[in-house]
Amino acid sequence: MEFVDYYKILNIAKTATQDEVKNAYRKLARKHHPDLNPIDKDANKKFQQINEANEVLSDPEKRKKYDTYGKDWQHAEAYEQAKKERGGQQYRQSAGANSYAAGDGDDEGYFSDFFESMFGQSGGRARNTQVKFKGKDYQAELRLTLKEAYTTHQQVLTVNENKVRITIPAGVENGQVIKLKGHGGPGVNGGPNGDLYITFAIENDTAFKRDGDTLYATVDLDLYTAVLGGEVTIDTLDGKLKLKVKPETQNGTKTRLKGKGFPVYKKEGEFGDLFVTYNVKIPTGLTEAQRELFTQLSKS
Amino acid sequence: MQPENLIAASRFCSSHQIEYSFISSLQQYGLIEVTETEGDLYINSDDLNKLEQFTRFYYDLQINLEGIEAINHLLEQLRQQQLEVVTLRNKLGWG
Repeated sequence: MEFVDYYKILNIAKTATQDEVKNAYRKLARKHHPDLNPIDKDANKKFQQINEANEVLSDPEKRKKYDTYGKDWQHAEAYEQAKKERGGQQYRQSAGANSYAAGDGDDEGYFSDFFESMFGQSGGRARNTQVKFKGKDYQAELRLTLKEAYTTHQQVLTVNENKVRITIPAGVENGQVIKLKGHGGPGVNGGPNGDLYITFAIENDTAFKRDGDTLYATVDLDLYTAVLGGEVTIDTLDGKLKLKVKPETQNGTKTRLKGKGFPVYKKEGEFGDLFVTYNVKIPTGLTEAQRELFTQLSKS
Repeated sequence: MQPENLIAASRFCSSHQIEYSFISSLQQYGLIEVTETEGDLYINSDDLNKLEQFTRFYYDLQINLEGIEAINHLLEQLRQQQLEVVTLRNKLGWG
């Protein structure tokens, strides 16, 4: 258990008035409050030290005890006892009145062992001065492929050595952030735990273009099917699909396939549409006979 | 009738021992959104953490509403930048 100098923590003189203690506390609390230092890992610890120093120095009784026994805090109880036995005679002089002890220890167990040794666990701190605050929020990024984002599935994430199982609903968007309440850092002084924010980074590993729950695809169509009509088999995220092609289909023609797009987020069974654009391929490497036939066609 | 995700401002104020007017002031500054139903103010449960944070700023740290507004803006910027840092780190494989 180490000696902690409360005056040093609050950066005030040992002769500081109650107003000076109060002002110093507020100034430092504003500087180190965890709400104002979300990325400072040591903010909680610093803030607890400041709270502890304020707890002692703002309470005249505790401050007197702290000032009286100082570094000899281990013997405080013995001195108190001896004082009582001697009828309350002045015994402070031999108790090291000019030394100071410090410690941490909160009435809820968040202060140092030293504080608890000297002032007990109950502390006696006024309730309205105790600051409860929420734990730190954590941020994480989760990478998914477009195919993975297509189906609802579960994943186990490791956040600060804790495993968190999450269900990822189908249709999650790239860049979308979801909040898992209470999976962040632990709260202090009885405050709630922080939250875990997961940002999804979705990599498109398919030939589809996605816009929300709408998918777009381009399908090559040979000239003969485009002219005469027929069938073409296309890939969707749900498997293969046969499409009827009308005769005389023009290049760039768009077809809407209702319900064959991406799942609608958190609406089970609902899907967006798939828009297919036909890209008519002109045959190359024609034989003489084929060229002759095309020539005849052009003259007909 | 009160929807499940709404919390009565009066209930929040009594449990935190703060003035009702604090909620209205935050609303006026555009720091939180409240719903008014039959003359009563309601807070969305999603805003609860934010509201508790503003309460700590105001009552524990003695920061006025203008200060809270500025802090809120800066914290939001910090949060965005942190997200960006995480994304960039992941891209660089520094995860």
